[in-house]
Amino acid sequence: MKKQLFVLLLALAPAWAFAAGGEGIHLDKANIDPTNTQSLQRGARLFVNYCLSCHSASLMRYERMGKDLGISEELVSENLMFTGGKVGELMTVATAPADAKEWFGTVPPDLSVIARARGVDWLYTYLRSFYLDDSRHIGVNNLVFPDVGMPHVLWELQGWQEPIITTVKDHEGKETKVVDLELVEPGLLTPKEYDRAIRDLVNFLDYMGEPAKHERRALGVKVVMFLFLFLVLAYLLKREYWKDVH
Amino acid sequence: MAGNTSEKWQGGLLGWIDARFPLSSMWYDHLAKYYAPKNFNFWYYFGSLALMVLVLQIITGIWLTMNYKPDASLAFNSVEYIMRDVNWGWLIRYMHSTGASFFFIVVYLHMFRGLIYGSFKKPRELIWIFGMIIYVCLMAEAFMGYLLPWGQMSYWGAQVIISLFGAIPGIGDSLALWIRGDFVIADATLNRFFAFHVIAVPIVLLALVVLHILALHEVGSNSPDGVEIKKHKGADGIPLDGIPFHPYYTVKDIVGVAVFLIVFCSVVFFMPEMGGWFLERDNFIPADPLKTPTHIVPLWYFTPFYAILRAVPDKFLGVVAMGGAIFALFLLPWLDRSPVKSIRYRGTVYKTAVAVFVVSFVALGYLGTQPATPVMTNFARLFSVLYFGFFASLLIIPSFEKTKPVPDRVTS
Repeated sequence: MKKQLFVLLLALAPAWAFAAGGEGIHLDKANIDPTNTQSLQRGARLFVNYCLSCHSASLMRYERMGKDLGISEELVSENLMFTGGKVGELMTVATAPADAKEWFGTVPPDLSVIARARGVDWLYTYLRSFYLDDSRHIGVNNLVFPDVGMPHVLWELQGWQEPIITTVKDHEGKETKVVDLELVEPGLLTPKEYDRAIRDLVNFLDYMGEPAKHERRALGVKVVMFLFLFLVLAYLLKREYWKDVH
Repeated sequence: MAGNTSEKWQGGLLGWIDARFPLSSMWYDHLAKYYAPKNFNFWYYFGSLALMVLVLQIITGIWLTMNYKPDASLAFNSVEYIMRDVNWGWLIRYMHSTGASFFFIVVYLHMFRGLIYGSFKKPRELIWIFGMIIYVCLMAEAFMGYLLPWGQMSYWGAQVIISLFGAIPGIGDSLALWIRGDFVIADATLNRFFAFHVIAVPIVLLALVVLHILALHEVGSNSPDGVEIKKHKGADGIPLDGIPFHPYYTVKDIVGVAVFLIVFCSVVFFMPEMGGWFLERDNFIPADPLKTPTHIVPLWYFTPFYAILRAVPDKFLGVVAMGGAIFALFLLPWLDRSPVKSIRYRGTVYKTAVAVFVVSFVALGYLGTQPATPVMTNFARLFSVLYFGFFASLLIIPSFEKTKPVPDRVTS
């Protein structure tokens, strides 16, 4: 039977061979640390300051965020809530969808579960890939999301980038365009600080996508440990009963 | 079985019940005196596991319906409400979504066991047929359940699958319209899918599971050797190679349950999306009838059939091929006429055919998840031919196959 299984695996090899192959643009690793509360707090501050004026997070409650991130209710309502209201409320946005549609050409998506839809690496790369583009009415474009409707909201932190387009020939003589971005006008943060800020923001978006993630993993360790103990007992019980089967 | 009357307790509460309801005799017929071959191996865990997953799905499902809203404008948010604001909601939801995939893993392994040990052959044809109907119901259940979170993949997956009915000549379009209850997938579709997912199909599934088990207990279990234990009974009428299901297989299946739960809980607690295989990324974007995702993929358990569908250039014939791929499994008891049941005593040709079939099924499953490029489509065609070729080969293999002698008693 083992030999057969091995042959079967070998036979499957061609099926895996065409599993290789990438798609689209290279994404930088976000390397977020969901256990880093300070990073999450900084991300939350960035989020409410820069994102929440246009994007809602209407599945997330301020209160829950404060509780999970170790921010007191007073601090949440004083520093993170600009709309007034109660901490138990959802992170909605005042902009009317019709207005948003007129201003940006599309309604800014709700960001509650955006990290689960796009992935953290995509968000991390996207937020660092805006560049100046005169051909567009908003003056910027994005490498990861071409012709995006969102302006570069974080420009004062990052500054402005311009594209450098180089054409590379591979060994078969096929030409491909490689676009690199160069900082032409520095912002308030150095590139390193900006990357860290985006990492914090993405970390927060990831947290918001699944607030129970931390609790889930912590409980999972206990559950699986219990199950291993249960397996040992179950096996001993089975062995005891099966002693008389010959 | 009438012989059990002497075993009945005469007095007490049980005696009172037994005089009115066959409680003791059911216990004996189906557990304590149901004799199963003593040499069940690894492959025999998946029947009881499938039953456990069914119960798990029903229980978590009941709790999900307590907060889920089958309404196109509320559905997506109500799922996230369960994930965030309902106590333990995330756990119940992940158990249900992971359970769906594990149901198919367990059922596929269970079916594979039936295939390699010839458990579908006489006198177990009806067990196989009931099982196949369970499998088809399970696919319907999973398909309709997947619409409920109302994400982009829910929506567009359902759109694609229901449009397949439109390929039927003549009545197709009206049929698709009738199923959807609207010209596109809409609130009406969500409501009826909810009704079927939580009431109609589960009732049918439970009834079929009862029939499946009753049919099994009527003829008795097959063994890894394909040997009938009822052929050799002791003086007491008990099969010599049989042991009572309870306690022997109940305690053994508990070990299987423990191992299963370790794997299952590892997914639930540490990787509930399973890298996009159990919960697709696009399904975290609310359904948008105006935005078609670039790449619509059904969940992994449908992809072998989806690959066959796409491999056929004509849409209607593709639907026929896809249906045929499932229907061929129904015919298994009448296609494979070899008197030898277990793969252990079959010839090399048969073993090779089974291996090719498994490889084709897995490869088709992979291809169904990939964009249909010309190369991929050609591979899908190759594996589709091999898939159907397996069933065709069963018709001729027994005529020249050199089988090994089947032992009289089960091997240990």
